[in-house]
Amino acid sequence: MPAVIEIKNLVKDYKLGEVPVHVLKDISFEIERGDFVSIMGPSGSGKSTLMNILGCLDKPTSGSYELDGISVAKLHRDQLAEIRNKKIGFVFQQFNLLARTSAAENVELPLMYTDASARERHERAMAALFAVGLAGRQDHQPSQLSGGQQQRVAIARSLVNDPKIILADEPTGALDSRTSIEIMAIFQRLNRQEGITMIMVTHDPDIASYSNRNIRFKDGRLQGDERVAQPREALKDLEQLPAEQSEELESA
Amino acid sequence: MNKLIASMRIALRALTVNRTRSALTMLGIIIGVAAVIAMVGVGAGATARIQAQIQSIGSNLIMVSPGSLSSNGVRLGSGAMASLTEDDATAIATECPSVSAVSPTVRGGVQVVYGNSNWATNAQGVTPDYMTIRDATMLYGQFFTAEDVDAAAKVAVLGETVAQTLFGDSDPTGQVVIVKNVPFTVVGVLTPKGQSPTGQDQDDVILLPISTAMQKVIGANKANAKAVSSLMVQAIGPQAMDQALQEVTALLRERHRILPGLDDDFTVRNLTEVFAAQESSAQVMSILLGAIASVSLIVGGIGIMNIMLVSVTERTREIGLRQAVGAKTRDILSQFLVEAVTLSLLGGIIGIALGLTASLLISHFAQWSTKVSPLSVLMAFVFSALVGVFFGYYPARKAAYLDPIEALRYE
Repeated sequence: MPAVIEIKNLVKDYKLGEVPVHVLKDISFEIERGDFVSIMGPSGSGKSTLMNILGCLDKPTSGSYELDGISVAKLHRDQLAEIRNKKIGFVFQQFNLLARTSAAENVELPLMYTDASARERHERAMAALFAVGLAGRQDHQPSQLSGGQQQRVAIARSLVNDPKIILADEPTGALDSRTSIEIMAIFQRLNRQEGITMIMVTHDPDIASYSNRNIRFKDGRLQGDERVAQPREALKDLEQLPAEQSEELESA
Repeated sequence: MNKLIASMRIALRALTVNRTRSALTMLGIIIGVAAVIAMVGVGAGATARIQAQIQSIGSNLIMVSPGSLSSNGVRLGSGAMASLTEDDATAIATECPSVSAVSPTVRGGVQVVYGNSNWATNAQGVTPDYMTIRDATMLYGQFFTAEDVDAAAKVAVLGETVAQTLFGDSDPTGQVVIVKNVPFTVVGVLTPKGQSPTGQDQDDVILLPISTAMQKVIGANKANAKAVSSLMVQAIGPQAMDQALQEVTALLRERHRILPGLDDDFTVRNLTEVFAAQESSAQVMSILLGAIASVSLIVGGIGIMNIMLVSVTERTREIGLRQAVGAKTRDILSQFLVEAVTLSLLGGIIGIALGLTASLLISHFAQWSTKVSPLSVLMAFVFSALVGVFFGYYPARKAAYLDPIEALRYE
């Protein structure tokens, strides 16, 4: 499989007053197309900074970063915005949905910055909502949805632009364990059926065990990088959980 | 275009989230625009009234009056000399190329009697050229003719005030009025002109053929039987005023045999110019009123800037999210600009409505004439949009250049 992400000798310094702080110290790795990677590490290990750079929200101090064959390390602010729009989907810990805005319109948001017509935007948003199991909830506002449903709206939003990669920063951090596994089930399906490369930061080893590859960070350096021998199957785990009322029914 | 409509919709939604705040912010613009519309309306109304008054005295009008008389060190006022004659009038009409019409005038106070009512008014002996010189039109009947003047016919044209006083609302044409024991047949009534720029009632007048007036009513000057009170001269156009003034002066000096270096025995005045000064002072007032009102528009704009800055801070996370999903600098910039402009335009439209209402109320209750021109409405509209752009730009730029990482992390 060719690499969708290629990072070589990546360095990121921040200037805090006079003293520069080295957050990422000479990191190199590749992520293959269609992989499901989890990134772990204690806070301050540089994993958030790495995610920002991977997400084209930040630029490295030095080193190279190729995303889907494009060298993005030196691109201009607006060029990076376009890359984010076309190639990357974001899922955040706090969902980051627009309040007082319907699910469908939240999902449409990335398409607002493309040439898509209103009809096309709506159709694609509906398809994305269907893909995360929220068909029929397009008119609900975030305040009318549970945490798990809100995160699914956010996943639909990250999907709607047909991205090459989805970057998820602690996607289950604000969810209970059952809902977390439901989210992992969606991630695994998108990864396997749609072939979308998933990159997920988490501090929870259980969540990381649903991925195919686990990268660990410490003090700005790669500390471990291994294939997960036997990724857990989220759908199976859900079946084995006690027959708790699913969120769907609760809020329906 | 589709994008613009979409951004307008987004802006409207963002503004309805904080209805009270948006309304209060707009209030500044509303008051500003309404003040500009109403004040400029009042100013323009005053200017228009003065213009109408200037129009009413006649266009391109030059007044020639006899000079002052100095006898044994006692100087009598202007007009005391009997230096102007009907022949001067004829000479000006035939020899000055920049003059289109001349009417010699004699004046005197008379008592007009009809049946058992009477009225003291100002009698003027004139020629039919009076009509064109004063831009006069007839309410009833006809003006008397040149033949009437030649024949010294006993006919009269009444000003509207006189006609109203003696005859009420009925048409007095054909009735007979008595002036100085002479019966005059009323042949017409002038359309009312209202007040002159100096505040005189221009309709309180009875016009007689100049020949009849001199022979039977006012009486000829004792020193010079052909002397008249003044000459009304009309130039061929507004540009010919100065030329006409020079020609009349030169001709009269020649006819009166005034040697070079000696003073004129007459006075020539450009009446239009005299009253144009009043008009320009009214325009200055109108500009001043508008300028003062514009200050409140600027204050309103600062209100918009203030609220937009608050809004940018409040929505930092939203901005960060939009940037993360692909909004470029200009997307965020235009979103907040459109929001500011929507706020100011909406305020502008309400302000225009309020300003129109206010000027209607002013003219109704304060009895001031107001005149709101479509241009001032358009200007207010454009200006309020510009206020939105101007005062919205800084907050919008601030939003557009936020760091997406910082913005996403903002609590």
